[in-house]
Amino acid sequence: MALLSDQDLLALGLTLRLATTVTVLLLLLGAPLAWWLAHTHSRWRRPLAAVVALPLVLPPTVLGFYLLLLLGPNGWVGRAVAAAGLSALPFTFQGLVVASMLYSLPFVVQPLQNAFESVGVRPLEVASCLGAGPLDRFFSVALPMALPGVLTATVLGFAHTVGEFGVVLMIGGNIPGQTRVLSMRIYDHVQAGEYHQAHVLSLCLLLVSFVALLCMSLLRPGRHARD
Amino acid sequence: MTEARHGLHAKLAWRRGDMVLDVDIALPPTGITALFGPSGAGKTSCLRAIAGLERASEGRVTFGHEVWQDSARRVFVQPHRRRLGYVFQEPSLFVHRSVAGNLDYGFRRAGRPAHLDRQGLIERFGLRGLLDRGVGGLSGGERQRVSMVRALLSDPALLLFDEPLSALDANARSDLLGCLESLHAELDLPMIYVSHNIDEVARLADHIVLLDQGHVVAQGALQATLTRLDLPPALAEAMGSVIEGAVVGYDAHDQLIELDFPGGTLWLPHRHEVVGQRLRCRIGARDVVLTQAPLAGTSALNQIRCRIVAMADADHPSQCLVQLDAGGSTLLARITRRSWHAQGWAPGNEAWAQVKAVALGL
Repeated sequence: MALLSDQDLLALGLTLRLATTVTVLLLLLGAPLAWWLAHTHSRWRRPLAAVVALPLVLPPTVLGFYLLLLLGPNGWVGRAVAAAGLSALPFTFQGLVVASMLYSLPFVVQPLQNAFESVGVRPLEVASCLGAGPLDRFFSVALPMALPGVLTATVLGFAHTVGEFGVVLMIGGNIPGQTRVLSMRIYDHVQAGEYHQAHVLSLCLLLVSFVALLCMSLLRPGRHARD
Repeated sequence: MTEARHGLHAKLAWRRGDMVLDVDIALPPTGITALFGPSGAGKTSCLRAIAGLERASEGRVTFGHEVWQDSARRVFVQPHRRRLGYVFQEPSLFVHRSVAGNLDYGFRRAGRPAHLDRQGLIERFGLRGLLDRGVGGLSGGERQRVSMVRALLSDPALLLFDEPLSALDANARSDLLGCLESLHAELDLPMIYVSHNIDEVARLADHIVLLDQGHVVAQGALQATLTRLDLPPALAEAMGSVIEGAVVGYDAHDQLIELDFPGGTLWLPHRHEVVGQRLRCRIGARDVVLTQAPLAGTSALNQIRCRIVAMADADHPSQCLVQLDAGGSTLLARITRRSWHAQGWAPGNEAWAQVKAVALGL
């Protein structure tokens, strides 16, 4: 007997694809946001930081519910998407990506922001006096110095997306190969009384999470390596 | 005509917390200018504003023919386009790069200019053995040397130093001071040196800008400015004369050297000077005793014949400052009013300045 059924493998593949897509997009979009939050003196900094942190405390179902309204055929995002001639987002993989990005946003933005803040302004000033322009400074100084934070953001963003359930339930549904991710599959197994399969998949998730966190702590410079 | 012929002119005003800074500084195109003043006088803010790191400042900064900032015309040149080298108080090395990686950061961005002697600078600052090392294991003095060479290699047209020696121990400080002196002698580059240590300033600077509470109190040639009688009380400790001359003698037995300066000679403790070299020496106003005549039977090794030029109130009511002409050099003595009156001195009188050699050891 195979340890994982085809359906299980499909869910596993989908989950990994979702998590990878979301993590990459979040790093690309989250970095400028985190940079701005770390360096701005704007009065909008705190309100925006609070919005970014919302998914930390909000029940995923609430987030999913609002997203469903927003992205649905009557929501203004949904209407804009329809007007642009694109297919509706709810109950599609793309919709799931959008939702997951919002859901995992703080897990990527906050480590990045902390890392940029701990790099501080001084190395950037030094670089600037050595002739480096803003983009040059970002890539040659800020990013390499913030690398531990980037790794943390990657791992947390990935692991958190792998483990989501509530948002998927609300906005993704349970469509094989489209939106049926691992956590949904586990739920199905339990509902059907298939505890053995649920066990296998749960163990997979547990292992992924553990390995992710272990990698994170191994990749970080040691406690005494930096002073 | 090179850009440096015009020097730097900065007329800036801004607020920093409760303090209003308002400075108008004109620097000569060559040599080291010290920005000197008590802590909190706004020296560092001033330097940062010149570099373009203090965006709040309003006014006009020009360097040579270049306009770096002109708030009235909304001109603000970013620091990376100002061609300046900035050495911060803490070395602020890039921790993700090796020593060589740090040195080459600005060098590469300046296009590895052929006129910069990278190898020579590395040798002179004693960095050869460190090039492949990470910056984590360097000592404070080594770090600051890396940061100085890093700035020099970025091919700056103006060098800014923000108390580069203040965080170092005495040995590292003395080493680096030597490096800076030799740079000063060889480089045509104008430099601004922020410090609250008058001995450093006396050894390095040609010009001085005295700052107090965000304002320029005086600026001009170093010797003339530090012997002025009208400086505010906050700068009292800095007052004194800086004389410069050639080492003409070395007494190996007593470990003393003899310095020939315009107006006389001085004995002072030997450190590592050699006969023939130029040397600067600061004579603090507190270290000068005035007598009517040369004394026999005194432990003061130096007795310099002077003419009294002027007298002014000092910051304490018991004391006064006496400006003396030693025949080419100006000396300053801080004495009690009681002594002044007891001796019946007046401008134009002759007096002898007694200076302990011990007080001249830096």
